Amino acid sequence: MSVELLNFIETVLNGLMSGVMYSLVALGFVLIFKASGVFNFAQGVFALFAALTLVGFQTGQIPFSHLINELFGTNLHNWYPSLHSFLAILLTIVTMIILAWLVERLVLRHLVNQEPIILFMATIGLAFVLEGVGDLMWGSDVKVLDVGIPSGGSIWLEEATIGWASEGSEYYGMYIDVLNVWATIIAVILVTALALFSQYTKTGRALRAVADDHQAALSVGISLRSIWILVWGISGFIAMVAGIMWGTESGVQFSLSLIALKALPVLILGGFTSIPGAIIGGLLIGVGEKLAEIYIGGLLDIGAIENWFAYVLALVFLLFRPQGLFGDKIIERV
Amino acid sequence: MSLDKIQSIPYGKEVIKIKNISLAFGGVKALTNVSFDVKKGEVFAIIGPNGAGKSSMLNVINGFYKPTSGQINFAGEDRKEMMPEFAAKSGIARTFQNIALFKGMSTLDNLMTGRLLKQKQNFLMQALYFGPVQKEEAYHRDKVERVIDFLDLQAIRRTPVGSLPYGLQKRVELGRALAMEPEILLLDEPMAGMNVEEKQDMSRFVLTANDEFKTTIVLIEHDMSVVMDISNRIVVLDYGKKIGEGKPSEILKNKAVIDAYLGVAD
Repeated sequence: MSVELLNFIETVLNGLMSGVMYSLVALGFVLIFKASGVFNFAQGVFALFAALTLVGFQTGQIPFSHLINELFGTNLHNWYPSLHSFLAILLTIVTMIILAWLVERLVLRHLVNQEPIILFMATIGLAFVLEGVGDLMWGSDVKVLDVGIPSGGSIWLEEATIGWASEGSEYYGMYIDVLNVWATIIAVILVTALALFSQYTKTGRALRAVADDHQAALSVGISLRSIWILVWGISGFIAMVAGIMWGTESGVQFSLSLIALKALPVLILGGFTSIPGAIIGGLLIGVGEKLAEIYIGGLLDIGAIENWFAYVLALVFLLFRPQGLFGDKIIERV
Repeated sequence: MSLDKIQSIPYGKEVIKIKNISLAFGGVKALTNVSFDVKKGEVFAIIGPNGAGKSSMLNVINGFYKPTSGQINFAGEDRKEMMPEFAAKSGIARTFQNIALFKGMSTLDNLMTGRLLKQKQNFLMQALYFGPVQKEEAYHRDKVERVIDFLDLQAIRRTPVGSLPYGLQKRVELGRALAMEPEILLLDEPMAGMNVEEKQDMSRFVLTANDEFKTTIVLIEHDMSVVMDISNRIVVLDYGKKIGEGKPSEILKNKAVIDAYLGVAD
């Protein structure tokens, strides 16, 4: 094989794997959008908050310790030196479910039947409140997150592929981060489990029913409120998974909540109401931006295309196919 | 539970008493001081010209609308308003004038949503999906298959209902309501937009549900020949007010009703 072809394959593979993460975050948006008709601006902050909480539980940090120390002159830091990752993840899941319950209780319940724009504004507010609370609870320093997922380049793959290049060419093997491979595996398991759950169980059926028609769902006795808590809980869980992956890669820091906004172009590509759309849109954006970075960037001799390529692609889609690849057709009766 | 209470009411006795219900949206009065009773086991029709407040009345009964004043006596208890979830739990099922189905789901799944309240498994058990959960799914699936047989829906079992023709969608919607095994069935124009054959089929389904399952039926319908044929009693609304109530033969002779439908000669 020629070196060019191998490089191309490497780029596509890396693109696919970063795309999986976009898909995962986009999935959190789609679930909430379908069930409660809200575009949840706070989804990225959910990921950040989950990662912060996880680190907090792992290292036994006392919540609000900075605030308490400042107010009362105490010197509190940690409950315990460390906690097993598995337990810490369980505790974080519980926290995210409580958060979902609070969101329903304090925000959604009071805004039932309001315009979508009002609900959207409420989630913007929620994003800032949650970011502030996260800061106050766990501190604003960049934290190291390690739940035992291996990371770094795969030496095995590098050695395996080094011989693939044709004789005499200079090739040093493919570079793929093991963390990305793990992220992909976990995301695939998660999505499959969700799909099976919503297809074959009673609660899954209720979930799909609410996503389809609120009025009809009410008439068969489905409680919208408990479904909302469930959906926001699941989205919180998905956000946690994304938070763990990104946190492991680049440390838990507040810019994490911004990466999640990459899900926006994903949603425009895939359609706001389609779960397969979110998955395929994420993969397309992942691959597209990596390819653009290497090939268009190389051609025009500019860098950092990766950062804006997704948004330009989204813009093109908005012009020619505003409902996305799989979204519901926008038809208005006059 | 009010479901038990409804079940203990003997046939022919009042199960819903509407007492002086008024409903206003801002300045628009949809209903004014409407009162009537629905007796257990009967086919009860609400008729009236367009905009008479028929659908509003149905929405008050199942809790989509909260009346401005008046009371609903349901299964012997006075209430200011109903709640949709409570209504469903108490055995009230309904269909809608503008069909409210889960369009992306198959006929089978749509009917299965009607069984949701009867399924008892908790969240954790479902997530694990082991023995008892599967057994319960099978039991409810069996119940739904009977409704499918009854309504002749076998051929479209797996079809997403959004792609079905209008008449069949209406039938699936009735199926979902019947899958709830309701005590009271509220039907909002079940035969609107249907041809004669489809209307006959639908009338047969409604009458069978009433006869065999002893379901109390409250229906809104515009086709007078159908209404006169299948209902035991009728209430007539016009501009949100009750202008007549009684057996079909009485309604046919009621002067106020004739005037409302045909207009008054000056």
